[in-house]
Amino acid sequence: MEQKSETPPNTPTVIEIKDLRIAFGDFEVLKGASLNLYKGENLVVLGKSGTGKSVLIKIISGLLKADSGLVKVLGNTVDNISYKELLKLRLRIGFSFQNSALYDSMTIRENLEFPLVRNRRELKKQQINVAVEEVLEAVGLAQTINQMPAELSGGQRKRIGIARTLILKPEIMLYDEPTAGLDPITCFEINNLINQVQQQYKTSSIIITHDLTCAKEVGNRVAMLLDGKFDRQGTFDAIFSQPDAQIKPFYDYNFIQ
Amino acid sequence: MKHKTPNLHAKSQPNKPLVWFLRMFITLYDVYRFTLRFFKEGFLPPYEGKELIKQCYNIGLKTLPLISVTGFITGIVFTKQSRPSLAEFGAQSWLPSLVGIALLRTLAPLLTALISAGKVGSSIGAELGSMRVTEQIDAMEVSATNPFKFLVTTRVLATTITLPILTFYTAFIGLLGALLNVTVSENTSYKIFFESALEQITFLDITASTIKAVLFGFTISMVGCYQGYNSLKGTEGVGKAANSAVVIGMFLVFIEEVITVQFFALFRP
Repeated sequence: MEQKSETPPNTPTVIEIKDLRIAFGDFEVLKGASLNLYKGENLVVLGKSGTGKSVLIKIISGLLKADSGLVKVLGNTVDNISYKELLKLRLRIGFSFQNSALYDSMTIRENLEFPLVRNRRELKKQQINVAVEEVLEAVGLAQTINQMPAELSGGQRKRIGIARTLILKPEIMLYDEPTAGLDPITCFEINNLINQVQQQYKTSSIIITHDLTCAKEVGNRVAMLLDGKFDRQGTFDAIFSQPDAQIKPFYDYNFIQ
Repeated sequence: MKHKTPNLHAKSQPNKPLVWFLRMFITLYDVYRFTLRFFKEGFLPPYEGKELIKQCYNIGLKTLPLISVTGFITGIVFTKQSRPSLAEFGAQSWLPSLVGIALLRTLAPLLTALISAGKVGSSIGAELGSMRVTEQIDAMEVSATNPFKFLVTTRVLATTITLPILTFYTAFIGLLGALLNVTVSENTSYKIFFESALEQITFLDITASTIKAVLFGFTISMVGCYQGYNSLKGTEGVGKAANSAVVIGMFLVFIEEVITVQFFALFRP
């Protein structure tokens, strides 16, 4: 397992997060988190369950509103734009959900067509078919085109979820726990797919996970979310080579397991 | 002397009604905003025509068998129960008119609405609720699609369009049930029966029934959509959404029935 190279300096920023705060009732999840995503990099956000990792990418995509702080995505301040502008911005962001969130009542073809038909109305049926087949081939599941989501395995559903976001050719990909609940071989395939997406579609990605194998395989950089802040950021080796009492148990547990 | 248990919650009790009222007003405000959003987004492009047709077909087909059976039985039972009372005054010949008016003015709209609240309202509540819980609605949001337009607008419009059609269908099936009863008891021909049944029905009756059915359809689907779309996380939330869609939907249908009956009575001679 090779460590991926770190993002070169002076790479333009695509996501800028400054002093982000959000609380649910009395429980403050993010306590002044700051983070940058640079163009073309895979940034892995690590942290224990319930520390606000998924909340972070929901704020980035405008699904949740932060209490305070700045979130700038591709030059747009997410909090200050109209719903119409937000929809336009979302066309440039792909979001892969933890449980895939495939539309149960639609076939795989309809799932993939759904965002395309509604956002690229100028496309003809044949062009849509080509786009659907292209993304299905990219995720290696061309044979599932007429199946229902319920007929697929967990790993296949994850791949289709990724394909559905890729059909709009996003500039940014947000992955929420892409390997959660999958067997090691499928995890390996998903990690390869994330890397393939980075190469083929030239995306910049945030990968939320607590799977260190995934972090090491896909991440150019790692950011640890500890106590609502990103105090530790850097390459995987740089972070985990230091004797840090807060990080060490996380590493030990993952690799001993 | 009786020992008095100290009330540990005494401090919070005076606030309880206030909290309840506040919550109620917040919910009402939410419902108002949800309804307003429907009118704002429902009639503006882009239109989800295909989904609307699919929903009309689904809703109509889902309720049709149940409505057919219920309408037919209601026609039979209502005719059978009404005959002795009319017979006392020698007014059996009025039976078809009575059945016709009762079915069209009240029984058909109310029956159709109640069955739809149970069948359609609950299914909308459960479907949207489970979509919310499994993040399918969020997935639509992040793929730059307006889920409100796709899910809520189409379902509300489909139910509002379909219910008047189903109402007139129920009235017709109810009349067939009544005809069966009348034919068996009195050997009346179907031609005479239908002529007498429709004789007393006025344009106002048809208009009132149509407006009522539109109102009921809108209410049932709006309640179902609101409950499902705003369902809380977890399977319990889905069950609650489906249940509330039926209970609140039926309750509002009865309230609207009372109001519309009073309103249309103003136009009757």
